[in-house]
Amino acid sequence: MPTIGVKRDLLFDALGKKYTDDEFQELCFAFGLELDEVTTEKQMLTKEQGDVAAAANASEEIIYRIDIPANRYDLLCLEGLVTGLQVFQGKVKPPKFEFVEPRERQVLKIQPSTAQIRPHAVAAVLRNVTFTPDSYNSFIDLQDKLHQNICRKRTLVAIGTHDLDTLQGPFSYEALAPEQIKFAPLNQTQELNGAQLMDFYATHAQLKQYLPIIRDSPVYPVIYDANRVVLSLPPIINGDHSKISLKTKNVFIECTATDLTKAKVVLDTIVCLFSEHCSQKFSVEPCNVVQPDGTTVSYPELAVREEQVSVKRANAYIGIDEPATKLADMLTRMYLEAKVDAKDDDKLIVKIPPTRHDVIHACDIYEDIAIAFGYNNIKKSLPAFMQIAKQFPLNKLTEQLREQVAQAGFTEALTFTLCSRDDIARKLNKDIEALPAVHIGNPKTLEFQVVRTTLLPGLLKTLVANRKMPLPLKLFEISDVVVVAENSEVGARNERRLCAVNCNKTAGFEVVHGLLDRVMQLLSVPWKTGNAEQGYYLEATEDPSYFPGRCANVMYNSAVIGRIGVLHPSVLQAFELTTPCSVVEFNIEPFV
Amino acid sequence: MHPDLTERILQQLEQVDKVDTLDLATQFNVDHQKVVGALKSIQAHGELVKAETATHKTLALTDEGQSVVQHGSHEAIVYASVPAEGIAQAALMAAGGANAKVGFSKAMSQGWLLLDKTVNPPLIRRKVDQIVDSVKEQLVLVASGKLQLPAKDVADYKKRKLLQETTTKSFVLTKGPEFATTLTKLETDLTMEMLSSGLWEQLKFKSYNFDALGATPTRGHLHPLLKVRTEFRQIFLEMGFSEMPTNNYVESSFWNFDALYQPQQHPARDAHDTFFINRPAQSFKFPQDYLQRVKSVHSTGGYGSLGYGYDWKLSEAQKNLLRTHTTAVSARMLFKLANQEGGFKPAKYFSIDKVFRNETLDATHLAEFHQVEGVIADVGLTLGDLIGTLYEFFRKLGITQLEFKPAYNPYTEPSMEIFCYHPGLAKWIEVGNSGVFRPEMLLPMGLPENVNVIAWGLSLERPTMIKYGINNIRDLVGPKVDLKMVEEGPICRLDHV
Repeated sequence: MPTIGVKRDLLFDALGKKYTDDEFQELCFAFGLELDEVTTEKQMLTKEQGDVAAAANASEEIIYRIDIPANRYDLLCLEGLVTGLQVFQGKVKPPKFEFVEPRERQVLKIQPSTAQIRPHAVAAVLRNVTFTPDSYNSFIDLQDKLHQNICRKRTLVAIGTHDLDTLQGPFSYEALAPEQIKFAPLNQTQELNGAQLMDFYATHAQLKQYLPIIRDSPVYPVIYDANRVVLSLPPIINGDHSKISLKTKNVFIECTATDLTKAKVVLDTIVCLFSEHCSQKFSVEPCNVVQPDGTTVSYPELAVREEQVSVKRANAYIGIDEPATKLADMLTRMYLEAKVDAKDDDKLIVKIPPTRHDVIHACDIYEDIAIAFGYNNIKKSLPAFMQIAKQFPLNKLTEQLREQVAQAGFTEALTFTLCSRDDIARKLNKDIEALPAVHIGNPKTLEFQVVRTTLLPGLLKTLVANRKMPLPLKLFEISDVVVVAENSEVGARNERRLCAVNCNKTAGFEVVHGLLDRVMQLLSVPWKTGNAEQGYYLEATEDPSYFPGRCANVMYNSAVIGRIGVLHPSVLQAFELTTPCSVVEFNIEPFV
Repeated sequence: MHPDLTERILQQLEQVDKVDTLDLATQFNVDHQKVVGALKSIQAHGELVKAETATHKTLALTDEGQSVVQHGSHEAIVYASVPAEGIAQAALMAAGGANAKVGFSKAMSQGWLLLDKTVNPPLIRRKVDQIVDSVKEQLVLVASGKLQLPAKDVADYKKRKLLQETTTKSFVLTKGPEFATTLTKLETDLTMEMLSSGLWEQLKFKSYNFDALGATPTRGHLHPLLKVRTEFRQIFLEMGFSEMPTNNYVESSFWNFDALYQPQQHPARDAHDTFFINRPAQSFKFPQDYLQRVKSVHSTGGYGSLGYGYDWKLSEAQKNLLRTHTTAVSARMLFKLANQEGGFKPAKYFSIDKVFRNETLDATHLAEFHQVEGVIADVGLTLGDLIGTLYEFFRKLGITQLEFKPAYNPYTEPSMEIFCYHPGLAKWIEVGNSGVFRPEMLLPMGLPENVNVIAWGLSLERPTMIKYGINNIRDLVGPKVDLKMVEEGPICRLDHV
């Protein structure tokens, strides 16, 4: 969820009303936003960098930090937030965006070479913009927020904004070998080629994260004007030549992308939010984007879509009973202008503006009605049907056994499913490659390398952490391990195990053996003797985790379901235990 | 303690009915404290005797008083020291013994002596020829116990430090309800032998100290978080929800994300948030028709939706991961519900199981936690049904004040964050998420168009930490858990405030 910071006084000026923090929080809550923090630039600097010296000169103006839902790109800056809230409060009508045709449209031509790296581009122009320091900052911040969110850190879309008066169209979007591209990047005087640029920004705090998007590509995307001035090297950086300033009047906006839908959304969002600062408010100048196949597409789309919604269905979806006109009013407050169809009073005609690309289905419209109505005003009801509930049999057995094992004097542990390779292999004298373990591809630390194949390491770690407790310590856990299983749908399956450990001055094999006997008794499984077909028994085996001659397979109806034994001293040492331990661990799934 | 003494006391008491311990001490010729000690051990055996405290005041001679008895009073000694011809005062003081000065002034005030100033230097002479030393006589009588002095004289002698008064405490004994002349040994506990022999009726039992703690029971314990899990299971079962099989930690991206209409570029699908599996890295078995419908609803829409308009890739859907939510299982259940024999039937499901996030860890976040999830599918369910169900669910957790905040979630629309008022913290806290599953998720599964599915989820750890005031999640989950905490934890009663 993105968070934006806006100056409180600026926000209240724009809203035309002063709120207390609590009042504003309530307004946000009803609209689906959250006032996350009330702070100042000074506090933020002190908190983030602990740099009191740098913070000393920072502003103490109050800043509201507001959480914005991830799909509401139109609220990612002060301009959009104010419009959204004012429309929600019914104070203003949703703005209408208009195209203003220039004498001659700016043209951006996409060269076929871009298909190798970043195939899409869209563009638009905002004319006669007046920037103030605050609106200028807001414009930069909005691009940053869009880059971080819908643009997925510039992988899907990268935005470039330029002072059009420094440039000469038509523009050309190409892909060239890095060495062929040479320009002075933003705020630099020195000219660099594409390869040098990668080195230059390799340690840059913000930019270094974007370099891998194109670094290893044989060609880099680049936009030139008619005089071969570089506008930008997307998605890394703009050229210094066309940078916008407070004095900039006419802004050329280009978005290059790997996802065209998102590029259109981003372009619509920027022009909708910032056309407010044009001398002719909410006016946008379209551009022609010539596709590699020679066709021309006009951007931005600024499409207003019409959806038809059934009043009955909308009411039924939410569980309210409001007349059509009321629903239309509510939707209009949510920035979706709506009216009742003259011919059919069950039908609402809803206009989806270019600021609301999040509305893709009628259910999105229903939600806006529910928000406008107020979630907390909706009448409570309960689903009418009844159902005879059923427990998942494996979980039911688990619950019953947990209770019984605790009654047998063992204390329950709750340990981690993820662990290191060493935990399940080296420390237990096993070879990781021989284990049917599921391996995690992107662990941040050693603790998350594999999914456990045995419950034992978790219990041993719990013992170590509780060495101060009086002996004997008897622990158990009934939980899942995961093993590779080629025939299963995802190639791995869970297995529910019962593991118990007795830790005392003597190993006490008979203690865990006694627990096994007790559990089998509870499961009505007899001790197999002689030629009996059914039952459980122990069968001596050797396992490097266990003391030689003190280890057996737990057998159930002639199949191995687990292991019992006295732990090998080297295992105890690996887990930093100084007391002998005996262990039983077996699969309980055969008993469901 | 004093077996002989205790029995002698009891035997004496049997004869006389009432006796003072001081008298017993005299009679037995033992120290009074020993008699008192023996009495205490008699009392420890029950109500054999009644003992009432008595206070005795006795007068005794001081050392000075003793000297008076032997040698006469100071004034008598001074009188005797005066010869018939008289004596100079200084000479008298030297001759009249240690207490001459006191004796002289007393003799003067008694009128036994006079000071003759007609001669120079003046002389002390006898004024009377004979005296009676009544002080000595009285003290002799007091010492032998033959005289009760008037209070005034006692006060005077005490003032003169000739007499002293001592207070002695003793006990006056009478027979108690359990009077016997012998003591029986006290038993500490009732035994099998006592029962079988019937001996218990005659035996005396040591009185029990009810202020001491009992012996700790030897027992095993259930883990506190899993006790809460049991309570949540119970609540769902009471509400008629069936349990989903969630024993599959490894899931394909398809069921974890794509089936839920979570686009392939969604940040949750980033390696920063999700644990991807590199062994086994991919899944291959999918319901093919359904997979195609999911692909098209993502890329081009359908079912009344515009879709996300991107190039959906099978390879992304095939990536195996550790499930990030149990909603992946809900998706599988809903798919089954849509495609079961006999067609769709309404259903209520729940699950409580582990989910995994590759997140930054802190005091309240671990890479694995338990998700609690409830799902209801029926024709024509409303947002009001969800809100009503949530009120009933949270009421069972002891929470009655709820508020719902609009939120965004890729697979629910409408989406609501659930806030509850915590009286202890005196503030509103977020406790879970909820919503109505999107048609783009449900319709490709084959669920009828008029079926709505409402769902909610919360973590098991967070309400548990709030309930028990635990600040660090590692104190609740994992190997660092203090077993003492596990042992001492109460039973879980969430609705018991």
